[in-house]
Amino acid sequence: MSAQAHPAAHGVEAPRGWIRRYVFSTDHKVIGIQYYLMSLIAVTIGMVLSWWFRAHLAWPHAHLPGFSGEMKPEEYLALVTMHGTLMVFFVLTTAPQGGFGNYFLPIQVGAEDMAFPRINMLSFWVTFASFLAMVSSFLVQGGPPIAGWTSYPPLSAVGQVAGPGLGTGETLWVISIALFCAGSLMSALNFIATTVELRARGMSMMRMPLTVWGWFVTAVLGLLAFAVLLAAGILLLLDRLAGTSFFIPAGLVFNDTQPPLAHAGGSPLLYQHLFWFFGHPEVYIAILPSMGITSHVLSTFSRKPIFGYRAMAYSMCAIGFISFCVWGHHMFVSGMSPYSALAFSFLTLAIGVPSAIKTFNWLGTLWGGRLQFTTAMLFAIGFVSLFVSGGLSGLFLAQPTVDLPLHDTYFVIAHFHLVMGVAAIFGIFAGTYYWFPKVTGRRMNETLGKLHFWLTFIGAYLIFMPMHWMGIVGALRRYADLSSVQYAQPLEPVHQFITVAALITGAAQLLFYWNLIWSLRHGEKVDTNPWRATTLEWSVPSPPPHSNFLEPPRVYRGPYEYSVPGMKEDFVPQHLAPEQVARAS
Amino acid sequence: MGSGETADVMTRPTAVEDPHVELLEQTAAGVGGPSAPTGGEGGSGGSGQPLAVPRRAYLTGLTLGLAAIFMFFMGLTSAFIVRRGLGNDWVRVSLPPVLWLNTAVLLASSVVLERARQYLARGESGRFQSWWRLGAALGLLFLGGQLMAWRQLVAQGIYLATNPAASFFYVLTAAHGVHLLAGLVAVVVIALRRWDRSRIGRALAVDLAALYWHFLDGLWIFLFLLLRMGQ
Amino acid sequence: MHSRVGDRGSAIHAALFGLFLFLLVAVTVYIFVAGIWPMPPAITEVGRWIDRQYDLTLWVTGVVFVLAQLALGWILWRYRDRGQRAVFTHGSTVLEILWTTATFILFIGLGVLAVRAWSEVHFVSPAPGALQVQVMAEQFTWTFRYPGPDGKFAPTSPQYYSSSSGNPFGIVPDSPDKDDIISGALVVPVNREVELLLQSKDVVHDFYVRELRIKQDVVPGMVIPIHFTPQQVGTYEIVCAQLCGLGHNHMHSYLRVVTEQEFEQWLREQAQQAQQ
Repeated sequence: MSAQAHPAAHGVEAPRGWIRRYVFSTDHKVIGIQYYLMSLIAVTIGMVLSWWFRAHLAWPHAHLPGFSGEMKPEEYLALVTMHGTLMVFFVLTTAPQGGFGNYFLPIQVGAEDMAFPRINMLSFWVTFASFLAMVSSFLVQGGPPIAGWTSYPPLSAVGQVAGPGLGTGETLWVISIALFCAGSLMSALNFIATTVELRARGMSMMRMPLTVWGWFVTAVLGLLAFAVLLAAGILLLLDRLAGTSFFIPAGLVFNDTQPPLAHAGGSPLLYQHLFWFFGHPEVYIAILPSMGITSHVLSTFSRKPIFGYRAMAYSMCAIGFISFCVWGHHMFVSGMSPYSALAFSFLTLAIGVPSAIKTFNWLGTLWGGRLQFTTAMLFAIGFVSLFVSGGLSGLFLAQPTVDLPLHDTYFVIAHFHLVMGVAAIFGIFAGTYYWFPKVTGRRMNETLGKLHFWLTFIGAYLIFMPMHWMGIVGALRRYADLSSVQYAQPLEPVHQFITVAALITGAAQLLFYWNLIWSLRHGEKVDTNPWRATTLEWSVPSPPPHSNFLEPPRVYRGPYEYSVPGMKEDFVPQHLAPEQVARAS
Repeated sequence: MGSGETADVMTRPTAVEDPHVELLEQTAAGVGGPSAPTGGEGGSGGSGQPLAVPRRAYLTGLTLGLAAIFMFFMGLTSAFIVRRGLGNDWVRVSLPPVLWLNTAVLLASSVVLERARQYLARGESGRFQSWWRLGAALGLLFLGGQLMAWRQLVAQGIYLATNPAASFFYVLTAAHGVHLLAGLVAVVVIALRRWDRSRIGRALAVDLAALYWHFLDGLWIFLFLLLRMGQ
Repeated sequence: MHSRVGDRGSAIHAALFGLFLFLLVAVTVYIFVAGIWPMPPAITEVGRWIDRQYDLTLWVTGVVFVLAQLALGWILWRYRDRGQRAVFTHGSTVLEILWTTATFILFIGLGVLAVRAWSEVHFVSPAPGALQVQVMAEQFTWTFRYPGPDGKFAPTSPQYYSSSSGNPFGIVPDSPDKDDIISGALVVPVNREVELLLQSKDVVHDFYVRELRIKQDVVPGMVIPIHFTPQQVGTYEIVCAQLCGLGHNHMHSYLRVVTEQEFEQWLREQAQQAQQ
């Protein structure tokens, strides 16, 4: 090792004191855990909310616990709005990136911490403040907003006159999202700067683990997209609070209340364009890290290099780039130009190509491997199956022609839940089971983990596959019940089936919570590299010391050198010098 | 394989097994990763110690931040363009003439701050201080001038919600002003603080602040032209 | 030496995957093929074109779905850990090119074939003699306006909106063409082109009739035209397909396609009522 002047960990010694170590810490590992725990709370709330509204859909006349009498439509819509918001922002945008990315990106590139640790800390606390603002909407008069996680104006812009929850609740929602944008921008900046500037010697871009590629491309998307959402949010807030008319047209009359609202000439479509310009990259932000984790885990437990590393890296970049060009596919029936609809359609179909390439390469990685079905591996395999299912339904929605009958139906719910609500979550699970030993020095219980996987995997399909058919029949989104729609009456039993499946699958998550808590104390202790993996995080102690590496690492090869012929072991770590690698005798 | 070949497996692509094996031996020059921070390359911190993170990383970070700010204003700009094209209710707001003066002041402040930066690079600390402070004063003057423009509009009865053109005027100038204020704070802090115990040195801080300032200056020119186009 | 990090139960999981993926594919294909939850038949020609495109997409995605899930299942079984050595390969450029090209052609091909029906819906204008009906969407009702016997729509203005007093369209009082017909249901004659002019007075709604296969957001501040030619007499449900507030799921009406004579008669009756 060259004895060059490697600086002490960003000039900062390991902090002392409980507050500096665990609360206001600049250590990326602590911040990663903080993001993860916050997401865990958010996903729990989001899941419980879904039990409530699923129960209502199955038994519309039931008096559910926590409700006085039958659930009212505005209560249903509030549950659905908050479920979507919490899940999309505080789980899917946070756990894979802010959680795993913060913890492992620096280590996997060989750095001691993120480029800007204090900004990192600030980004977490701003995001946490955003979370508090969001959940506080449950406590204000009028309750949480009912405009959906997409919050379209004029419904979301004119205030209480449009319905309950659209007063203070909606304002808090917008403020929360604005704060979230700020936190995400800071975080994205850090991720990109770290990846570009702080890689260890020998860690070229084409030797980075695919997890890092996932976090990197995601951060680029976040940097550019959240800035636009912030603009939209500010304009919406001004419409709500300052009487401007960015999104509110003239002549609006609610409930016969004359005179018409004092607004003029704004465009609801303008909001949709701004929102979805953010919104489409957002869904790739939600899934790219999980794609990276899937590649990483599949390779590790197939004992094989990832098939087509370059194709995988480039396809992530292609997905990221094209994702900025397809937002109009959320707006085919919005009233925007039907010519632009065609342009958006072709670009959307095009983005399916790199996604398909990734799927082929995952299959290629598994093919010819020596497959070891650890829990992490099960979730990664599950990701592939779910991504195929969810991605294919996207082909229907990408064509405006076929989108016409399917838009805003349960078909869309099926599509995005399979890709986001299950596949991306499976990436989080895979990452958890995979990296828990590194973070804690103990393994999670494999039996519980495998049971958790099978119940969740089967359960998720039972929940979301039937929704495709509901959508084809014509069941619409955000409907508190189907009682007014005669053609939808035969779908009641399907709603009940789905709800039962959802409740059972939800209960199965208790296995996960229990496993997490139990394993912290009683999990089997492991050494540095229980999975016999190749990337840099497996070369440091479990958990890693404050500055991650005892001396600066050096990288000699790519990240997935498994089963290399002529070697003694079936894995060759990235950081071992050639002369240190044992050959087969 | 002979013993000579096994060694080669680790050092160059194996033609036999798989042409894609890339188990390259690290050469003396090093491959890849740019961040081998030596004492010199990193530049000194305020206390003469090597920077914890290479100097370049700060500039990269700032550039990324500017990219985000750029996208934010692009969102507002596209909203402006779309809204203007929508219709028949676009009432022109006559831009207060003081804006021309403000623009000149801001341009001057950029020139002045840049001059200061160059003095510092040449080691002329005294001249640096004077010019830097002058730049700060001009920046403050710009913000004051923007406030004056607002007051002039209000005096004509044109408020935030009066009409779309007015709304955009206030939003764009306020957003720009807020960002510039943050830059001004940085400029002032640089002028006033002690640098002997800082994490990054004054030179780097000045570079970053100046770059940020110039960006916002350019952004203002763009916004000013946009607003004029909207008339 | 080889590592064994997982347990020895690899056959169990491989078998479970194989079984489950097979069932997934079998049940899914069955439900589609058996038509258990179908779309209702389309009542317009454009609707049938949309259905053809949907069927084509279903075929393409169906085949890919079956092949991909079964391939996954097979690979998991075939390559489960039995002590074998993994194949050491970093990939294949030839394969990458092949499957990229094939996917691109398949996906873009679908898109190209979809253009025609979309053009028919949006790029073709209705014929001059089409029946024009104005549609007003509001929280949480659909109302429809036909020109009265004079064939012209009366002027309207938002300040006169008053659904509770029977003037949801805000017809200007004392205007000469006050003979417009206001109806809570959309009644149209069969085999005649209809042009709807969609408006909203409060938030974004969406007009959807399954049998027409046409869905269109109704945006306040815009008047959005859509047109269709129903070819089948019957009563079809109109629903709102864009979240519009707490009554979103009750915003419901009917499209009644009737014979030409019935339609004329209905118009006459409505006109008489409007005059009273």
